[in-house]
Amino acid sequence: MLASIGAASIDELFDDIPEGVRLRDGLKLPAPLAEGELVAELQRLADANTPATRMTSFLGGGVYDHYVPAVVDAVTGRSEFYTAYTPYQAERSQGVLQAIFEYQTAVCELTALGASNASLYDGATALAEAAFLAHAETRRTKIIVSGVVHPEYRQVLATEAHGIGLEIVEVGGDGGGLTDTAALRAAVDAQTAAVAVQQPTFLGGLEDMAAAARVAHAAGALFIAVVDPISLGVLASPGEYGADVAVGEGQSLGNYLDFGGPHLGFMAVRENLLRRMPGRIVGETVDSEGKRGFVLTLQTREQHIRRERATSNICSNQALNALAALVYLSWLGKEGLPTLGELCARKAAYLRERVLAVPGVAAFTHGPVFREFAVKLPVPARRTVHALAARGYLAGVDVGRWWPALDHVLLLAVTEKRTRREMDAFVAELEAFLDDPSAYEAVSAPLPSASAQELPLVGSPTAASSASTVAPTPEVRHG
Amino acid sequence: MGDTVYELSQPGRRAFTLPALDVPAVPLDELIPAGQRRRLPARLPEVAEVELIRHFTELSRRDYGVDEGIYPLGSCTMKYNPKVNERVAALEGLRGLHPYEPEELVQGALKLMDELGGFLAEISGLQRTTLQPAAGAHGELTGLLLARAYHEAEGRDPKKVIIPDTAHGTNPASVTMAGYEVVAVRSDERGGIDLADLRAKATPGEVACLMVTNPNTLGLFDEHIVEIAAIVHEAGGLLYYDGANANAVLGRSRPGDMGFDIVHFNTHKTFSTPHGGGGPGAGPIVVRDILEPFLPVPVIAREGDGDGARYRLDYDRPQSIGKMRSFYGNFGVLVRAYAYIRGLGGEGLKRVSDAAVLNANYVLAGIHDLLAVSYDRTCMHEFVVSGAPLREYGVKTLDVAKRLLDKDVHPPTIYFPLIVKEAMMVEPTETESKAALDRLIAVLREVVDEAKRDATLLAEAPFTMPVRRLDEVRAARQPVVRQGFAEDGKSPAG
Repeated sequence: MLASIGAASIDELFDDIPEGVRLRDGLKLPAPLAEGELVAELQRLADANTPATRMTSFLGGGVYDHYVPAVVDAVTGRSEFYTAYTPYQAERSQGVLQAIFEYQTAVCELTALGASNASLYDGATALAEAAFLAHAETRRTKIIVSGVVHPEYRQVLATEAHGIGLEIVEVGGDGGGLTDTAALRAAVDAQTAAVAVQQPTFLGGLEDMAAAARVAHAAGALFIAVVDPISLGVLASPGEYGADVAVGEGQSLGNYLDFGGPHLGFMAVRENLLRRMPGRIVGETVDSEGKRGFVLTLQTREQHIRRERATSNICSNQALNALAALVYLSWLGKEGLPTLGELCARKAAYLRERVLAVPGVAAFTHGPVFREFAVKLPVPARRTVHALAARGYLAGVDVGRWWPALDHVLLLAVTEKRTRREMDAFVAELEAFLDDPSAYEAVSAPLPSASAQELPLVGSPTAASSASTVAPTPEVRHG
Repeated sequence: MGDTVYELSQPGRRAFTLPALDVPAVPLDELIPAGQRRRLPARLPEVAEVELIRHFTELSRRDYGVDEGIYPLGSCTMKYNPKVNERVAALEGLRGLHPYEPEELVQGALKLMDELGGFLAEISGLQRTTLQPAAGAHGELTGLLLARAYHEAEGRDPKKVIIPDTAHGTNPASVTMAGYEVVAVRSDERGGIDLADLRAKATPGEVACLMVTNPNTLGLFDEHIVEIAAIVHEAGGLLYYDGANANAVLGRSRPGDMGFDIVHFNTHKTFSTPHGGGGPGAGPIVVRDILEPFLPVPVIAREGDGDGARYRLDYDRPQSIGKMRSFYGNFGVLVRAYAYIRGLGGEGLKRVSDAAVLNANYVLAGIHDLLAVSYDRTCMHEFVVSGAPLREYGVKTLDVAKRLLDKDVHPPTIYFPLIVKEAMMVEPTETESKAALDRLIAVLREVVDEAKRDATLLAEAPFTMPVRRLDEVRAARQPVVRQGFAEDGKSPAG
């Protein structure tokens, strides 16, 4: 090969690198591992963790442990999908293009809005992109965001919006998990580009989204709904209550927990905002013989054409995560989504009632909830979480990590994977802990059962790993 | 084309199973008031599991991945994705972690991230890493916001970011989002940055940053990089390294040693994480120590060394720019990048670049006489040729690309960089064999030969794909971005 190039050595090919910046001694990295050693090494790292999927988990806060059906792995594991690049050559990429078109349709159906893009990085960045869209559409610079929107989403919004100089105004909560609606009304003015409210809120409460939309629209601002896709089988859709933009985190649709990523953000807009949308969009067209096909479209919005005048700098989408979401939604179908939503709502209501019956525990989130709710404990939530983790339970999210004044508030989420027995056993453990916290030590290391796990176990509902919980209930399946 | 999943839908069919309700069947009205509930159901498809699987299997057959053959998309580094990456990323002890678990239960994950940050620091020749950015473009925005925070902390307020005219489109778009103004710098006759033009534009106090890919998008290493860095630093600016082309210089030269202050890597390009048909990627960035205080939260803090080391997530960073995405980054992607680096080690990474550069030069030599070579130099991991000489035969670069599809070769990147007319950017990557490269050369020669004999053939290509050439203009003029449903009574509009 060197002969046909006309070079004497490979080193010669690097002659353009100036002497002074050549690396002489090589990279100081660990010695290479053979494949078997590599798997063993990663297994050791994995064993130094205790996955939530091996515990009785009530953790949510934006990432939810729903069952991932086998069909998702079967489809996303096809290398034609996962080893492909962005579908720049449409004729050779009809599979992924059609899949994205079907995904966009599913997002439009979930949100009851007219147009969806091909997905964004995550729910938080999707909110930031929605704010940029509203700024571009209204030419106004103020974004009003509810203080009970996910704290990390608000942080990302503030960080990313600092660049273009948007003013982010946060409206406080009502002390019970909902937005302070009077403060919201007072904050919205003629400079407001958008109002963003989350449904359910980060603390699980259900907002009056139609009222919030009216407040935004009365001021000529857009209304951005941050929504949980699993809830949309049961809760009113953004289109039904007048949202202009709906965004959210799509993880719960067939994506693994993965320590927080990769997941996907979704975005849907009213049809008139289509050309303001960031990111890739797939459109239907025809080929030279009139046959249907799909292409990346409206690319004049995008950075590779429009450069500094693009709607966003985003280049990629989360295509494989979006594919997982589409497969999951196709698996659930029209009937499965509301059935799953009702299961979650009833189980969450059951756990809420049981937890609130524990002496010393008080309600925090008021009113109805979907699958997540917050309660006030007589001891700090962080201590509770660490104590119960040692017994095989992930009790929930310590709300005090964002609101120090709410350090006794615990946020619990219930998916369809949690059985009544698990919930009963958890409530008994919580009660015992609150009765005598000194008898409990904080978790200090991975739980012993984790080290005994074998190679990949594909997201099936699993029993709790602690000896203090009861055996798993055989689940009756129908359908 | 076949049916969409919605067209396959039949009322009453289903694939799902869900656990039976094991808590009291409280009427939904008592849990969630009717006014808060959905009225019209989402029209999701109703299909049996076998139909679902056959549908998506059929779709996958209309795609093309690295597992099927060569994918010489310039600037995209479509190397083979080792299968072991997928195996380790699927370990339940990694994939089953919730981001809000107590730190004591995720020590292995934090250790992996800390070590990966250290590897990337060594590879880049810089000091501190954040794994948070979800993609290369996201890394760019993060890096520019870091530069901005740094300048603000120093009491400066520069407004401009200098970018070569060869830059990726994400660069100028990221600059705008960071609140800066783009200033373009010309390329010289050798394809590098025009030093005179750079000096003229690097006004002291006004330049926040220079964003450069090196090797650049022409596949050329800028020989003046040390001088370029000095000019920008003297003007008070920082240097940002777009790591999209880092695959060319692993173990050969480090951006930090060249003078760069901020580097992003595209893990799907350099570290073999699969691209997934458009994502997920990851765009970790590494910075010089002067920028460390501004990194997004959390950063991973290590206490102690060796087996006794403990890791925690440090949010107490008063000068931090904030947060660029929720949680800690695209962890599942980062696991694959970690495995790739551990599998190869330092010497292995150098061999990656050696082979990538050798392969690119071999293909360039094989087609050197075929099309116009814009900058006749030794290339790095990729090169750019111009299809302009085919215009006299009535053939565009687009036609060449479409004809390559008929020969089972994924076309190169086309019409980029913008400064080369009818550009074709070829990046074979290190994972192609000589036989595969010879075939690529032969096919390129064959297609150019066809172009000269039969322009119509190329204009009408492809012939062997599931669809013939698609009408992109129609898609943009009359956008249809979702499935229409019969009961809507009209064709869907976007």
